[in-house]
Amino acid sequence: MPKDHGIGASPKRREDVRFLTGAGNYTDDINIHGQAYVAFLRSDVAHGRIKGVDTSAATDMPGVVRIFTGADFEGVGGLPCGWQVTDRHGEPMQEPAHPVLAQGKVRHVGDPIAAVVADTPEQARDAAEAIEVDIEELPAVIDMKAALKDGAPKVHDDLTSNLCYDWGFVEENKAAVDEAFGKAAHVTTLELVNNRLIANPMEPRVAVGDYSRATDESTLYTTSQNPHVIRLLMGAFVLGIPEHKLRVVAPDVGGGFGTKIFHYAEEAFCTFAARQLARPVKWTASRSEAFISDAHGRDHVTKIELALNGDNNFTALRTETYANMGAYLSTFAPSVPTWLHGTLMAGNYKTPLIYVNVKAVFTNTVPVDAYRGAGRPEATYQLERVIDKAARELGVDPIELRRQNFITEFPYATPVAVEYDTGDYHATMDKLLEMMDRDGFDARAAESQKRGKLRGLGVNCYIEACGIAPSNLVGQLGARAGLYESATVRVNATGSISVMTGSHSHGQGHETAFPQVIAEMLGIDESMVEIVHGDTAKTPMGMGTYGSRSLAVGGSAMVRATEKIINKAKKIAAHLLEASEADIELKDGAFTVAGTDKSVAWGDVTLAAYVPHNYPLDEIEPGLEETAFYDPANFTYPAGAYACEVEVDPDTGKVTIERFAAADDFGNVVNPMIVTGQVHGGLAQGIGQALLEGAAYDENGQLLNGSYMDYAMPRADDVPFFQVDHSCQTPCTHNPLGVKGCGEAGAIGSPPAVVNAVVDALQRAGREVTHIDMPLSPARVWAALNG
Amino acid sequence: MTKVTMTVNGKPASGDVEGRTLLVQFLRENLRLTGTHVGCDTSQCGACVVHVDGKAVKSCTMLAAEADGAEVTTIEGMANADGSLNTIQQAFQDHHGLQCGFCTPGMVMSASALLADNPRPTEAEVRDYLEGNICRCTGYHNIVKAIMAASGQDVGAIAAE
Repeated sequence: MPKDHGIGASPKRREDVRFLTGAGNYTDDINIHGQAYVAFLRSDVAHGRIKGVDTSAATDMPGVVRIFTGADFEGVGGLPCGWQVTDRHGEPMQEPAHPVLAQGKVRHVGDPIAAVVADTPEQARDAAEAIEVDIEELPAVIDMKAALKDGAPKVHDDLTSNLCYDWGFVEENKAAVDEAFGKAAHVTTLELVNNRLIANPMEPRVAVGDYSRATDESTLYTTSQNPHVIRLLMGAFVLGIPEHKLRVVAPDVGGGFGTKIFHYAEEAFCTFAARQLARPVKWTASRSEAFISDAHGRDHVTKIELALNGDNNFTALRTETYANMGAYLSTFAPSVPTWLHGTLMAGNYKTPLIYVNVKAVFTNTVPVDAYRGAGRPEATYQLERVIDKAARELGVDPIELRRQNFITEFPYATPVAVEYDTGDYHATMDKLLEMMDRDGFDARAAESQKRGKLRGLGVNCYIEACGIAPSNLVGQLGARAGLYESATVRVNATGSISVMTGSHSHGQGHETAFPQVIAEMLGIDESMVEIVHGDTAKTPMGMGTYGSRSLAVGGSAMVRATEKIINKAKKIAAHLLEASEADIELKDGAFTVAGTDKSVAWGDVTLAAYVPHNYPLDEIEPGLEETAFYDPANFTYPAGAYACEVEVDPDTGKVTIERFAAADDFGNVVNPMIVTGQVHGGLAQGIGQALLEGAAYDENGQLLNGSYMDYAMPRADDVPFFQVDHSCQTPCTHNPLGVKGCGEAGAIGSPPAVVNAVVDALQRAGREVTHIDMPLSPARVWAALNG
Repeated sequence: MTKVTMTVNGKPASGDVEGRTLLVQFLRENLRLTGTHVGCDTSQCGACVVHVDGKAVKSCTMLAAEADGAEVTTIEGMANADGSLNTIQQAFQDHHGLQCGFCTPGMVMSASALLADNPRPTEAEVRDYLEGNICRCTGYHNIVKAIMAASGQDVGAIAAE
């Protein structure tokens, strides 16, 4: 029987009731009395020199409160970058200024030039249209390799070039890797593009700034995955507001997928303007605005080479990647192609020698930063594609080639600086083969053929590093932040519990899953536990939710705080029971003297903590509230094996996903229903990347598909029902819950499965196709079939 | 400014609006019925679907003035009279058909319109009908499952898991 409560159960999500009845409280639902509205005037050219901004006509328009331009922000800090990468030669990356409103130049379509604050949103928009901007358009750099050529136009005039950094990893291994390639029996080479994606959470970004003259306090309501991070970055680096005078609230947030991690200009603007005007100021992005102002994801161009010996064992791996940073460094952008990508290039395989080179490039495009998976999908895609290509070149089964190179002993130190604690890659592959019915493939392919369709099967593995991250390690790697998490467990007098967590839920169901953990530890009903998150005034300093870290890091902080609660509660119970603390056991919500029937209920102990009439006041303080900060000892390493079956219509090139199976090892699982849902969503995003999505810029830097009319979001009829399994569980060894994280796996593991499957379908049909770049649009597939 | 009057969730509602005011703005800003969401500006995402005179309508494509005199139902009007979740809402919760919740009101309103027209849709019919509702969280698996379950079908036998 499945459990009906606690860890491992799947209770219905408590947050659902408000979302299903229209009672959610998203940032755009917040309206403050007297608020004014902001409209940004954004650059419509990719690169240009601002010669003048004439606001005179706009200022006189109805309802206009004030118009701000870059000049208003000259004394204000720029948006900071949270990670400094050191290049191959030991030099720091080039780090340009990132003003809140453009100063001197505009550097991408969407760069904000001016902001109108008016009484209504319509008045603000009307006035923004009346601002006259004189821009001298400059040649734009869009293509990364062109941007690095001598004489290319520079995105930032004060930098030496458009190269942000040239990173080598592990630089000391380079000669040995080159030597291994010289000795290889076979080398497989693949050049590929990891297409630029736009995260597109369904809720566009919103910011509402408020200011109290009475207390000199600023409040920002914002669509963020990490309100404390925003408070720190904006307060300390942009606006100079100390933390105790700045509150950041991220209420219900309608999806994040990474792009709501970062600190954005609009947040700083609304907070700044609210102070200047002593009036609440609200900005709501249109979807069109989101396309040109939310940080994009991926956008790598890579050459990967795999060396094998005569026994088909992998002996070395070498990559060269160009990673697009866009026009400015978004908050965590430099870390994505480096520490979140290079460190995963070993994948699930015991390749002894690896060298990764990454050139990060500034272009006149929207900044690029973490998007679901962030670096790990890029690593997985190139590795799993080159292995598939190698298997075809060698005429061996791609699954068997993977299996013979699997890492099988743990802990395993990779040649790219990380140590996998646990895993069992054969187990997930075995489970996958069971799920996907490989034996039935030929019959299904024959049936497809009868209908004139080409069927293909693609398989791949993945590994990712989650539970981000040990602070001392990432500090050495250039992070300008700690990556612990915090929790305060407040036990109330009647025994109910409020848990203040630094993690943020924007679809992950923390309000349901986190109480399962606490209730299991205390033996009480989950309904007695409530999760409080998303408000810097209510929760301890926390780092938020991304990198599949909430349960592994935030959950561990909750466990640690709850352990402190249990320790103190046992002292109180021992006093009430006139017994030794060492003899007190907590079970099913009661404290019992071991080996006796003497017991005291949870509620009696909690009440005693707050009404301490009969209480060991000389030994412990009244009250029952504990805080813990948990800093992980290592990353966690979820891994798995995925299989995709596609049908290709040879007449049109259209690909349909017929079957998709995912066998994941997430370690222990707290709420299987939520975990399965996380995988489903990731799979759809990965399938979207493989078949549909891709931000397209023209040579002038215009985003050609900046709306849902043009950017192909996966819809219900683009995906099948998925087969998802997470019964293979090798618990994480270094966090108290043994959990690894599940939020990004689907998006990381699925693109290579789809592309492998399409290549398989085409090869089965006799075409000499070894690769097609994503998205595998009908036009591209048709061209590959007929080219 | 024009005065508009309509019935929203069974109650009379009126307000002064500009000619360009969209129905969704009237619902959200004038009536403070913020359950109806705006996820795009090209009438693609479906987060703003409401029922107007019994038909599913993207309330970002309709002017408030066009809804003058209409019967409008929003997500806030979908629960049972005693406040409990209706069959479709309950199926979404039972089958984990929502994550961040932002697209959910539109999904529920579209699902309700679908089942009114087609009480026992096939998987393909559900997926086809949802073409105008985008969800970024769920991969649609559990949304499709929830809608089929709400129609009384045994989804355990349908959805591969």
